[in-house]
Amino acid sequence: MLTDVEVTELERFANQIRIETLKELGHLGFGHIGGAMSIIELLAVLYGKVMRVDPKNPKWKDRDWLVISKGHSGPSLYATLALKGFFPKDWLYTLNRGGTNLPSHCDRNLTPGVDMSTGALGQGISTGMGIAMGLKMDKKKNYVYIIIGDGESQEGQVWEAALFGGNANLDNLIVFVDYNRQQLDGYVDNINSLGDLSKKWEEFGWHTQEVDGHNVNDIYTAIQMAKQVKNRSHVIILHTIKGKGCNFAEGVELNHHMHFTEEQVANAIKELEKKFPEKAGDPA
Amino acid sequence: MMVKIASERRIDNKEMRDAYIEKLIELAKKDERIVVLDADLMHSNNTYKFKEIFPDRGINVGVQEANMIGLAGGLSATGKIPFAHTFTCFAARRDLDQVYISAAYAKLNVKIVATDPGIAATYNGGTHMSFGDMGIMREIPTMTIVEPTDSVMMEALVEQIAYTYGPFYVRVFRKKPIRIYEEGSIFKIGKGIILKNGKDVTVIATGIMVSEALEAAEILENIGISTRIVNIFTLKPIDKEIIVKCAKETGAIVTAENHNFINGLGSAVAEVVVENAPVPMERVGVQDQFGEVGDIEYLKKKFHLTAEDIVESVKRVLKRK
Ligand SMILES: Cc1ncc(C[n+]2csc(CCOP(=O)(O)OP(=O)(O)O)c2C)c(N)n1
Repeated sequence: MLTDVEVTELERFANQIRIETLKELGHLGFGHIGGAMSIIELLAVLYGKVMRVDPKNPKWKDRDWLVISKGHSGPSLYATLALKGFFPKDWLYTLNRGGTNLPSHCDRNLTPGVDMSTGALGQGISTGMGIAMGLKMDKKKNYVYIIIGDGESQEGQVWEAALFGGNANLDNLIVFVDYNRQQLDGYVDNINSLGDLSKKWEEFGWHTQEVDGHNVNDIYTAIQMAKQVKNRSHVIILHTIKGKGCNFAEGVELNHHMHFTEEQVANAIKELEKKFPEKAGDPA
Repeated sequence: MMVKIASERRIDNKEMRDAYIEKLIELAKKDERIVVLDADLMHSNNTYKFKEIFPDRGINVGVQEANMIGLAGGLSATGKIPFAHTFTCFAARRDLDQVYISAAYAKLNVKIVATDPGIAATYNGGTHMSFGDMGIMREIPTMTIVEPTDSVMMEALVEQIAYTYGPFYVRVFRKKPIRIYEEGSIFKIGKGIILKNGKDVTVIATGIMVSEALEAAEILENIGISTRIVNIFTLKPIDKEIIVKCAKETGAIVTAENHNFINGLGSAVAEVVVENAPVPMERVGVQDQFGEVGDIEYLKKKFHLTAEDIVESVKRVLKRK
């Protein structure tokens, strides 16, 4: 459980990440907005409270690792890393420009703080599990966090990984499913439904929890709970909203990749700034 | 084959994905065997337009490309003509074994229509940039590989693709390329096209490199180099006849492709040249590198896929003639 003050702090951090992500994508005028917005509370909890990382030493051997398997959500991770001081904030305005260190999809060789190259859906869950196994072989205490999408969960590889992970009992690993119920072409349930997702993961042998993915306290508490259960691989299904908090994306069916005007972005940012008026935007 | 070449090179008036899907819809109205599958890219490939008209024959499988190819193989076994869609990177890399076994090896009639070839993946970046897809597909026996050049050719080829039995890999620039051909042109799969005559050297190009080649030819004419331009849009089976003819008549060949210079058009042409009419050759293409993010102009320069790169290669090859 977090204190009220901690909750407010993390909510404020989440709000800043949203604003920076919007500025970053807004500068370009288009991008994968929906899935970037739905994982922001998770990123705030991970980087604000949970993960052991050192912005000055991104490859620190005792760090916790994060693999964003739904690699197209790089932009919200970049905003988080910039706010944490992994690299200068003005890098955000280079997103997707030729020669950038911040490509649309996560790249471990380009961006300080990015632990795995992803973008072909389904692969990050396997590489993340491999990292967890490697760390265990070395008797290290680092945690590995993996974020997968619900559309991504239609990939066979996800279920190969689930079967393997259920047997491998990787208790240094937590997989988060961003269950925002939308994919590129619309609603997951209309395309190829995941059915009872929780039951599936349980059946595959995972310690499974389901929480509100926009509630920082619930996310934090579930992570703490998972860490108390030894010798099991962990999955936390996050009930989220695609486009969350971005007024021109939230609630729109085709909000996976959008084009937006400067005005739309400015408007969305203004709305977010109202939430924490005393300390809007950049803390520094 | 009767082609009319556009007098001016302008941006196409139609996106290739629309030219394609509209023609396929027209065929499907008369032929119930035509089925469309897509893997959560219906709004990228515009295949949703087919699904709107034929909800039972337009199937969005979700994000599962390998399963999609297997489904297509099975559909074909019951006599359907399945067209399976995804980006080139996933079609070639993620689905390779399914394409190989469940489509080609099983001798089934699966049509793979793959979009965003090479640098056309622009802002999706390195993971989505397929520089090796034609090479991968070329290795599969019986596979026919076509890369339509513009919307006119795209539309004209759909019927041949649908009614030529066997596995196809169709590599489609899904937006508006430079328009090369005039409406009413007739194309034949497997046959290259001489776009411009010349006697000193032949540039053989495919895809978006065709317009770069034509631009290069203009630059070269100005410095007195007479350049023949050929559009080979069928990578496999390749048009041996036109390659040998051009090698013999012009004595030097340069290839140009939006693809790795290994295993693609350059390699396919070189194989024919070496065995039948050895002449000096140069290959313009991606120099065995991974892709990266950026706009198309940046990427063209970065990966040396411009008219100037073709000009330089022509100058080099002529020194060896
Ligand atoms: C293997 C693979 N197939 C297709 C794509 C193209 N693509 C990128 S994101 C996406 C939809 C993903 O949906 P989901 O996992 O639910 O992500 P979210 O809604 O959280 O953004 C698709 C089809 C891809 N990147 N990788």
